[in-house]
Amino acid sequence: MISAPAYDLEKVRSDFPILAQEVRGEPIAYLDNAASSQKPRAVLDAVDHVYETGYANIHRGVHVLSERATEHYERSRRRMAKFIGAQSADEVIFVRGTTEGLNLVASSLGRYALRAGDEVLLTGMEHHSNIVPWQMVADLTGAKVLAAPVTDRGELDMDAFTALLGDRTRIVSVVHVSNALGTVNPVEEIARLAKERGAYLVLDGAQAAPHLTLDVQKLGCDFYCLSGHKMYAPSGIGVLWGKKRLLEAIPPYQGGGEMIRTVSFEGTTYAEPPAKFEAGTPNIAGPVGLAAAADYLESLGIPEVARHEARVREYAEACLSEVPGLRIIGTAPEKAAVVSFVMDGVHPHDLGTVLDQEGVAVRTGHHCTQPLMERFGVPATARASFGLYNTEAEVDRLAAGLHTALEVFRP
Amino acid sequence: MNDALRDLYREVILDHSRRPRNYGAMDAANRQSDGFNPLCGDRLRLFLRVEDGVVTQASFVGDGCAISTASASLLTEATRGRAEGDALQLAESFRNMVSGKREPAEAALGKLTVFAGVRDYPTRVKCATLAWHTLRAAIEQSGETVKTE
Repeated sequence: MISAPAYDLEKVRSDFPILAQEVRGEPIAYLDNAASSQKPRAVLDAVDHVYETGYANIHRGVHVLSERATEHYERSRRRMAKFIGAQSADEVIFVRGTTEGLNLVASSLGRYALRAGDEVLLTGMEHHSNIVPWQMVADLTGAKVLAAPVTDRGELDMDAFTALLGDRTRIVSVVHVSNALGTVNPVEEIARLAKERGAYLVLDGAQAAPHLTLDVQKLGCDFYCLSGHKMYAPSGIGVLWGKKRLLEAIPPYQGGGEMIRTVSFEGTTYAEPPAKFEAGTPNIAGPVGLAAAADYLESLGIPEVARHEARVREYAEACLSEVPGLRIIGTAPEKAAVVSFVMDGVHPHDLGTVLDQEGVAVRTGHHCTQPLMERFGVPATARASFGLYNTEAEVDRLAAGLHTALEVFRP
Repeated sequence: MNDALRDLYREVILDHSRRPRNYGAMDAANRQSDGFNPLCGDRLRLFLRVEDGVVTQASFVGDGCAISTASASLLTEATRGRAEGDALQLAESFRNMVSGKREPAEAALGKLTVFAGVRDYPTRVKCATLAWHTLRAAIEQSGETVKTE
């Protein structure tokens, strides 16, 4: 075993061409990684390489470029299977991102498993993409959607969750790491509880993939979704992982080319997974970028990345706590790289504009988690979210910007 | 604060965001409309008293950023005493100014030209126009008046 080298932040930053530029005369301090992350040169090159040397439509082509493209695509599938700890590459479905993955599971697993009166159990900290698809399939099937409450610290209330997990609970779908708060949920315990009740467990891993070492078998879930663009890969590509026997059992999501075995007007038979869930010409170069991002993350060492990000986040929490009237929303002991906050007398939207003038990019708004905002009694928050290239100096600039905002807006 | 920010957050805007004028529900209102900006969660409710086609009183309640609060506050001052058609015309001029469609017309807009800087911030245009969209809805909903008497 070769151990990962010490974390070389300067080197890491130089891997990301976009970070070299200035915005409004200031070097960009990009603290909006939970929305989307920047791309290292290795990912950009990997995608270019496909288009320059081996691009054509995949599968069924007898010519050399199609063979090469197919090999690129399927090799990426095997790489991602390894990245998430899947038993087999056939369990890896390429999707546009977590939203599409969750819609696929909600639609296909929902139609397979839900009957009138059945329950789908979510939590109060879900992203809209893990709420709305379940409401849609609940409308079709007559199932009910319930949400377990969130504590004042922004943790899942496990007692309430356990109490809501009942005989009618057929599906549990939970965010692994909250995009709005950064809370890391105890998904292994959730998996154990769901299993005891015989419920399927779906995990939204959009915010977990860039920060945590993933092992879907150890987590004990039935489905897991992630987005490439949040883990330094291009946008428009992600992974849905599902247990093989479930992928075989549930109905397809979209119909079209590639997902069939035979088609006639009398009836159609479907291909085996993963092809069964990949109708039409997919994003061909995207998976290659995603695999390159997985290589990049593992070359740095995901535990090392997580340690670095935790250091930056804890530094940010300490700096922000000193800003008068600032309140951090989400203070769970187990957190990933997010600090969400509100300030007395300064609306998050105005804060975002002031910070942008200082070259500091944060996100402001409800973060597609309106029920969670309601829970905390705020219309919106400002959110700084960190990635593997962020520095404590950038946090200092964030803090300075907050003091500027105080001067401007406080009477 | 740098010059660009000072251009957006003019003193008048900051003043009205800190101390909004005509803030509060109005019992005597006979027009009312709600505005909501789903992008940032800003909400406001606008109350008008219209007599013989003239806005005689205007007030609002709501929760929003400095731009949207100041815009609503200045709206209540600017519309009072205007005929409904005039008020709609003013809303149109305001929207043209902040979206950068037209140069700000000092004569038509008066004090409201403090919002001219918004046109350089495309993501903030909706904050400035929320109250004015709500005004149009309140005036045009002639059938749905608030019963106060």
